[in-house]
Amino acid sequence: MRQLAHMLDTRQATSREIVTRYLEQIAQQEPQLNAFITVDEDGALLQAEEADRRRAEGRALSPWDGIPIAVKDNISTAGLKTTCASRFLENYRPLFDATVVDNLRQAGLPIIGKTNLDEFAMGSSTEYSAYGVTRNPHDLSRVSGGSSGGSAAAVAAGEAPWALGTDTGGSIRQPASFCGVVGLKPTYGAVSRYGVVALAPSLDQVGPVATTVEDTAILFSLIAGPDRRDASSSEARPFQVPRWDEQFVTGLKIGVPEEFFGEGLDQEVEQAVRKCLAELESRGAVLVPISLATNEYAIDTYLTLVTAEASSCLARYDGVRYGTRVAAADSNTMFSKSRAAGFGSEVKRRIMLGTYVLSASHYEAYYEQAQKVRTLIKRDVLASFEEVDVVITPTTPTPAFRIGAKRNPLEMYLSDLFTAMANLSGIPAISVPCGKDSKGLPLGIQIMASHFQEELLFKVAYMVERGCL
Amino acid sequence: MPLVTNFDTVIGLEIHVALLTESKFLCSCKTSFGAPPNSQCCPVCLGLPGTLPLINEKAVEYGAKAGLALGCEIHYFSRFDRKNYFYPDLPKAYQITQDAFPLCTNGFLEYYVDDQLFRTEITRIHLEEEAGKLIHSGQSIVDSEYSLVDYNRAGIPLIEIVTAPDIHHPKQARLFLEQLRLLMRYIGVSDTKMEEGSLRCDANISLKPKGSSVLGTKVEIKNLNSFRALERALEYEELRQSQVLSGGGVVRQESRTWDERAGKTMSMRSKGDAPDYRIFPEPDLPPLNLDPVWVELIAANVPELPLARLRRLERDYGLSRYDATFLVNYPEFCELFFQVAERGLGYEDVVNFLMGDYARLAREKGHLSAERISELLTLVDEGTISQGQAKEVLSSLFSSGLSPREIVQERGLEVVDDPGRLEPVIREVLAANPDLVRRLQDGETKLYGFFVGQVMRATQGKADPEVVHKLLRGELGK
Repeated sequence: MRQLAHMLDTRQATSREIVTRYLEQIAQQEPQLNAFITVDEDGALLQAEEADRRRAEGRALSPWDGIPIAVKDNISTAGLKTTCASRFLENYRPLFDATVVDNLRQAGLPIIGKTNLDEFAMGSSTEYSAYGVTRNPHDLSRVSGGSSGGSAAAVAAGEAPWALGTDTGGSIRQPASFCGVVGLKPTYGAVSRYGVVALAPSLDQVGPVATTVEDTAILFSLIAGPDRRDASSSEARPFQVPRWDEQFVTGLKIGVPEEFFGEGLDQEVEQAVRKCLAELESRGAVLVPISLATNEYAIDTYLTLVTAEASSCLARYDGVRYGTRVAAADSNTMFSKSRAAGFGSEVKRRIMLGTYVLSASHYEAYYEQAQKVRTLIKRDVLASFEEVDVVITPTTPTPAFRIGAKRNPLEMYLSDLFTAMANLSGIPAISVPCGKDSKGLPLGIQIMASHFQEELLFKVAYMVERGCL
Repeated sequence: MPLVTNFDTVIGLEIHVALLTESKFLCSCKTSFGAPPNSQCCPVCLGLPGTLPLINEKAVEYGAKAGLALGCEIHYFSRFDRKNYFYPDLPKAYQITQDAFPLCTNGFLEYYVDDQLFRTEITRIHLEEEAGKLIHSGQSIVDSEYSLVDYNRAGIPLIEIVTAPDIHHPKQARLFLEQLRLLMRYIGVSDTKMEEGSLRCDANISLKPKGSSVLGTKVEIKNLNSFRALERALEYEELRQSQVLSGGGVVRQESRTWDERAGKTMSMRSKGDAPDYRIFPEPDLPPLNLDPVWVELIAANVPELPLARLRRLERDYGLSRYDATFLVNYPEFCELFFQVAERGLGYEDVVNFLMGDYARLAREKGHLSAERISELLTLVDEGTISQGQAKEVLSSLFSSGLSPREIVQERGLEVVDDPGRLEPVIREVLAANPDLVRRLQDGETKLYGFFVGQVMRATQGKADPEVVHKLLRGELGK
C-alpha cells in the first residue's frame, strides 16, 4: 500500500488510473470468481477523480487518499445497495453510511464495490449467498470461505487492494486463511458496529482484510476508535501502525494449546503451523504448551448465542417498511409469507434454532447455559494470557474445501472450531498465511492476544509473514 | 353499583407513563405531540438495518425521579432486555425494555379515598421504549383494508409502573391512578394525558371468597382510555366474575378489552394464546451503572409531593380538606396561594378568591401575577372597595394593563366613609323626604334601609353603608 501511496504522492499514477486498473481486474475475473454483489464503477471513478483533485490541490485527506477499497455487503453504504446477500434486501439502499464507511471516506478511499457473503453472514463458504458462491482464486472448484468470502477472494485475486469484512465466529479469519490473505478480527468494541447489519451484536466485529500484515494494520488504524453512535464501542485510544522490529520476538512467550492440534486437524495444516512455530522459536520466542480446555464447548456455545441473537435481529425483516413484501389478507400472514420468500434456508434454520433456545421453556437449558459457559471460556482464555503473550493455533482445521462438499450444516459449523473462541471472549485474533499445502492451497495461522493487544498481534504476525511463507 | 358481597376484589395496575424528554429514548428524534405523521423519525427509531440504540440520559433521570417520588429503591445497576414480538407498529420487531433488573423496585403511593388514607405498594418501575401508532382504515387491524403507521411515537421513552395486587375497589383504583398522575405532574416527568396516550393503564382483577388468602384467577383488562373507563371496566368485571363464580363457574385467565360504547369487557386472548416474548439481555446496550451521587442529586430535585403539600396546607395554613385539595390538585393555583398568602392576607380569603370567579377567568385567559391579586385583595381588605366592586376590578384586570389601584382610580371606584363628605348628601336626602322622616321618627325604623339606599344611589354606590347608617341615626336622633 505504501507503494501505491508513493505513486500517488509523486504523481506517477492518479487515483483514477489505479481505480481503473482494479475495475479492469474485476471485469476480467468476476465471471469466474463472483466476489462482488455490486461493483460501483461510476461511484468509484467519481470518488477517484475527487481524490485526484484534492491531491492536486495539496489537500489529500490521508496518505491513502484515492486508494480504492471493497466493502462487505452487510456494511451500510449510503445510496449504494446493501443486500447482505439476501433476496430480502435485494433493492435496499441505506440512507446512511456505517461509521466504518464514514471512516474510509474521511481518509479518501473510493469504495469500488460491495463483496459477497453468506446471507446475513450466516455461513462459512458464501454458498448460502442468494447471489451465488464466491470461488476461491487459488482453485475455482473450492470455496473462498465465509462469511467474508467475497472480501478475501477480491483481495487475493487483486480485484481490490484491501477490503472490510465482518467476523462473528471466524468470518474474516477463515476466508483469509482459505484465500491466502491477512485478516484481523479486532477486539470487541475496538471498531464501531454502527451501520453494520447485525448477525449477533455481542459477537460481531468489523475488521480489515489485506495482502500484507502492514496493510492490514494500516486499514485497522483507519477504522479503529470510539464511536458515540455505538454504545458497545470502547473508549480505547486510536490505533497506530507500529514500527516493525524483528528483535522483540526474543523472549516472547507463545502459548500453544494442545486442544487445537488434535483429532480432525489436517496433517498438512498441522505441519505448516508447527514449522512456523519452530521458526519463531529459532528466532528467540519461547513456546509454552498450554491448555484451552473450554474450546471443546466453543462451537455449541457460539451457535446457541448466535442463533438466539440472530433470530431477534432478523425479526425486523417483516416487509412492513422495506424489503420483500408478499401481500396477504392479514398482517401476520403478510409477515410469514414475506419472510418465507425473502430468506434462504440457512437463515431460516438459524432463526428457528434461535427462537427455540430463547423460548420460555428452553431458555434456561440453552441460552442461559450458553451465557454461563461463555463466561467460563472467557475466563479460560484470559487466564492463559497471564502465562503467555500470545496464543498461536491453526486458523482452520482444513484448507479450503470443495464447493458443495459440506452438505450437513453441522459439518459447516465446525469450520469455526478454532476461531469462535476469540469472538466469545472478545479478544483480537489475526489470520496470517503460513504457506501452502501439496495441492497449492493456502494455509493460515491464527494469532490471538489479550484485549486491545492488536499492536502485539501485528508485530507477531509480521514475524510470521517474514519467516514462514 | 352492584354489591359483591361474597367476594373480595383484588386489583393490580400496570401503568405506562410517557416521559417528557425532548428527544426519544434511543435516538435524538424529537418527541412533540401532533407533528405530521412520520416527520419525527430516523434510521434508529425506524429500526433500519445496522442502526444501534443509545440511551437518553434524561429518560433514566426521569425514571429515577419517578422512582424516588414513589419511595422506591433505585438500583445503581440495571439492565436492558429485548422483548420479541411481531406487530407493524414495532419497527425492530422487539421492544427494548428492562425485565430481570429494573431501575426501581419496592415503592408505594398514599392517597385518600373518602377521607381515608390508603397505601398501595409499587412493585417495580422500569424503562422501555414506545411503539409506533397504527391508524386503521376500518375498526381494527383485523377488519381493515389497510392500516397506516406513524412512527413519530416509536421510541419515546416510557416508564412502566407495576403495583402490587393490593387495591380492592374500582373507585380506589381510579383514585390511585389520579394521585399517580398528579405525582408525575408534580415531578415534571410527564404530562400524563390519557387522551393523548401519555398515561395508559392496564388492570388485573380477580375475586376470591371473602376472607380467603388464596388469590383467584386474574383477568387483564386493556384499552382503558380514561379514569372513568378504568372504574367502569373494573366495576363491570367485578360483577361479571362474581356472577360466574356464584353460578359455580370458573373464571378463565385471559386478556379482555374494554368496549367503551357497549360498556363491557370482551375476551381478547386466553392464557394459552399469550405470546412467548423470548426475552433476553439486550446485546447492543451495556447495563446501566448509575453514579450514587448522580442519584442523590436527582433525589435533591424531587419537589414537595401532593400528599405532603396537602398536609402542610391543612396544618400550617389551617385550610379545610376541601380547600387544600383544590390547591393540591391545581399546582398553579397553589403557587399563587403561597405567594399571595405571604403578603399577610387571610388564608381562607385567598383560597376563596382563587376558587371563585378568578378560577374561571384564569382558565380562560391565564393567570394574574401574585402582586396584582394581593393588591386587589388588599383593596377589599382595607375597605377601599367593596366585594361587588372587586368583581368589576377583577374582570378588567384580565384585559387592561393597569394595576387594581389604577383601575379603582380610573373608574372612580372607592368606598366613601368620610362623614364630612357623606353628611351633606344625607341632609339632602332627608330634606327631599320630609314625610318619610316623620314616619321614621314615629318609630317606623325599617325606613332606615330606604334612606341608606337613597344615599348609596346618590353616591353611585361608593358610600360605606354602615357609616351611612350610623350617620343617619345621629342626624335623626337630634
